[in-house]
Amino acid sequence: MMDTTIYKALTVSQIREGLLAKEFTAVELAEAALSLAESEGQELNCFITLCSEKALKQAAAVDEKIVLGRELGRLAGVPVALKDNMSYMDYPTTCASHILEGYVPPYNATVVDRLIAADAVIIGKTNMDEFAMGSSNENSYYGPAINPVNHTCATGGSSGGSAAAVAAGIVTLSLGSDTGGSVRKPAAFCGVQGMKPTYGAVSRYGLIAFASSLDQIGPFARNSADLSALLSVITGQDEFDSTSIDFDHPDYVASISESPDPMRIGWPTECFGEGVDAEVLGALEELKKQLEEAGHTFVDISLKNLHAGIACYYVVATAEASSNLARFDGVKYGLREGDDSDLLAMYRQTRGKGFGAEVKRRIMLGTYVLSAGYYDAYYLKSMKVRRVITEELNEVFNKVDVLLTPTTPTPAFCIGDKTGDPLAMYLSDVFTVIANLAGTPGISIPAGKVESGLPIGAQFLGKRFDDARVLQIAHQAEKLLR
Amino acid sequence: MSNTENKNVIDGYEPVIGLEVHAQLVTRTKIFCGCENKYGAEPNTLTCPVCLGLPGALPTLNMQAVEYGIKMILALGGEVRQRSIFSRKNYFYPDLPKGYQISQFDLPIGEGGVIAIDVDGVTKDLGVTRLHLEDDAGKSLHPEGSGDKYSRIDLNRCGAPLIEIVSEPDMRSPQEAYAYLSKVKQILQYVGVCTGDMEKGHLRCDANISVRPVGQEKFGTKTELKNMNSFKGVERALNFEISRQIKTLKEGGSISQQTLLWDEKKQVAVAMRSKEEANDYRYFPEPDLTPLLVSDSWLEEVRESLPELPNARASRFVTEYGIPEYDAGVLTDTRHLAEYFEAVAKKSADGKLASNWIMGELSRYANGGEFDFAAPHVTADDIAHVIGEVKAQRISASFGKQALKELVAEKKALSEIDFAGNQMMSDTGEIESIIKNVISANAEPLERYLAGNVKLIGFFVGLIMKETKGKADPALVNKILREKLESRRT
Repeated sequence: MMDTTIYKALTVSQIREGLLAKEFTAVELAEAALSLAESEGQELNCFITLCSEKALKQAAAVDEKIVLGRELGRLAGVPVALKDNMSYMDYPTTCASHILEGYVPPYNATVVDRLIAADAVIIGKTNMDEFAMGSSNENSYYGPAINPVNHTCATGGSSGGSAAAVAAGIVTLSLGSDTGGSVRKPAAFCGVQGMKPTYGAVSRYGLIAFASSLDQIGPFARNSADLSALLSVITGQDEFDSTSIDFDHPDYVASISESPDPMRIGWPTECFGEGVDAEVLGALEELKKQLEEAGHTFVDISLKNLHAGIACYYVVATAEASSNLARFDGVKYGLREGDDSDLLAMYRQTRGKGFGAEVKRRIMLGTYVLSAGYYDAYYLKSMKVRRVITEELNEVFNKVDVLLTPTTPTPAFCIGDKTGDPLAMYLSDVFTVIANLAGTPGISIPAGKVESGLPIGAQFLGKRFDDARVLQIAHQAEKLLR
Repeated sequence: MSNTENKNVIDGYEPVIGLEVHAQLVTRTKIFCGCENKYGAEPNTLTCPVCLGLPGALPTLNMQAVEYGIKMILALGGEVRQRSIFSRKNYFYPDLPKGYQISQFDLPIGEGGVIAIDVDGVTKDLGVTRLHLEDDAGKSLHPEGSGDKYSRIDLNRCGAPLIEIVSEPDMRSPQEAYAYLSKVKQILQYVGVCTGDMEKGHLRCDANISVRPVGQEKFGTKTELKNMNSFKGVERALNFEISRQIKTLKEGGSISQQTLLWDEKKQVAVAMRSKEEANDYRYFPEPDLTPLLVSDSWLEEVRESLPELPNARASRFVTEYGIPEYDAGVLTDTRHLAEYFEAVAKKSADGKLASNWIMGELSRYANGGEFDFAAPHVTADDIAHVIGEVKAQRISASFGKQALKELVAEKKALSEIDFAGNQMMSDTGEIESIIKNVISANAEPLERYLAGNVKLIGFFVGLIMKETKGKADPALVNKILREKLESRRT
């Protein structure tokens, strides 16, 4: 059995070196991951399903390749976890919802195929807010995921399980999905790195949709080199996703190895005012100072429409969600409630029992904003606001290369603290949603800790297709903060 | 036309009709996935995660379906919107696995157009409002009386590509609606984008109908008619609903806006329960598809690939082949018939004869199911050869018909037909000697003929044709026979 402390600290490149040097085998890595998932993972409630059988087979195949001297995929032997809204053939994909109970997808999401092609070892499916709707991972049918840093705290959401599994060292890498900050926020809360790539950079095929025009799959890792490796594997146009885009970009791992040219970094004054925790402000000021010393220039800029982001987001996202979730009707798969003689009653009971409170709230909101008589006032208006926010952000990126903001106004809150006040919960997404509305890339990296020991997240936002630059600055910040 | 002359007016009311036609496109695959687009397979065998609406699956647009949509709107004389978008139409139904239909709403691919109809010799142009692309739902099978207590769902049709053609409210009678539908079907088949088969559901039609007092400009309240399974059914349903609306209004009642389902068995239209029709479809732009862009060059390419349309082709046939307008109309009824006619006409270099033979003999076989212009088992060249032989008087018309019978009904090859043995007898000497013999052998009929019963000439012709096995030129026989008979008078 592998030493747990050693296993937990391994990076992607160390795994490759160790495998080739025969210091350990891929099966040993997989066994370590699966065993941790069963112990610490259980405690943290970060997995919904473990994929032991396939994981061990994938690992054995990697070991065989090494013995035969065959070329290894880019993530050979690396233990990876998937948020449980990504379809993985033969394993339940629950979206942490009761309504998908018993559903097993007969196909793989494109990202899953890409991971497998890169020889990654998929350890399990992680806990999340039901249908990715939430900011704390408390809206899970399987109960909240626990923050590894402080077990009374929320992991942040909605990709809480994926963040926690990486933060706890159970897996080296994981995938989440980010619709309004659902990768970056739990990364900040759990003290790992998490990125939302440019919309269209990563195929959504097989990702169970929450809000199609905002959803984007993104990687979690403990350092930016690992994050870059995972992003390189999953990025790329996909013929099965019409919204995926082919665009020129350097190899992400290669591009972060060099020191970046001096950048102009925007400092949006609206992100450093009222409502932001003083210790968070202090940590960001400190990071700013270090980046300035490294040769970058900071420019105060203003995002006048930032405040409209949350309202706009919750109209667009719920509208799309109300339609995306219509297919869960008890007819073809998953939960079915009610008797066979009354179709309408079956729909009502299935959806009534199958969906949790937050999902129902959003379906109702979304149905409302799309209804005849309200469409113009809400949905259409929000689409206009979305365009204004996007244009403002594009305008800002004419002046600066990247923006630096806190990922969240505060560090992780306690489980149960905000569940009674949905609006307060929604407002904690204020700094992250603009990247989803504008389709731009964003990353959250750990930027120190508050006195209680909880991590602070710093967010870099870049312009569309500028994922490489966002990774470069994150990588440099990571080195400066080390 | 003054109102008193308007034959569409019933009891002082004039009907106003608009039609929505759904046509299933004959693309190889479905509109948003790679599954085969085929009718009649085992239920639920032509499916994949996309058309099953499985969680996480995404649509990708089939450009052949787009091309067919473009073809049709161009054929209707409408405009192609070069940037159109797809929208979701949300409603719950078990045969709609996504919970929404992907359709086009405020920005459809096609707009405008005109369909010219002819009712009782009066032509009229009917406006087309729009044409849009969408995916079909699956099929719910409610097995009434079979003892099966469940409804069954077949998702093979789910994701089949459809175009919806919406007319202006330009029709004023069920007959006009019928003519419009026939014309739409004809154009769909001409362009080659739809089979037009209403029984298989490849063509479906809903109707909007209202009535208004003659002279009133404002439209009355309309109702929507659904569930008609044939063109005649549409006509019958409209007649029923027009009568119902007029009766209601005459009795002082008012029309409420509602959807009615036509019951073909009972010949009545029954209102849907309000719960079933109280749908707010909550249309919004489909976020899984990018805007549909049609480039100038593609548009031109498609425009150039359009076949000649029926009306244009009919006028050309009149001038080019010198055939009557009526014949041209019949011969352009379907693209296959028109193409067959034109091939025969070209080869035989006689449009009028080609038209006569095709509208006569060949159509008789076609109507009897022994010949199919869409999949002809006798080539136009072979038909032209037979016509050519008749025209050159090498064979008689009656043997021409015989030859056609052997080709079409008996499926013989052209080489198996004994043209040589059936050459028309045109040697005057030979015919004269046969005629002499026949007259000599029939003294008694000759006496009667000479006594004034001139009709007996037919009797002699019959015998001579029998003697020559039909190969003698009837005109020549008549001429010589008359001479010989008359010469006996002296």
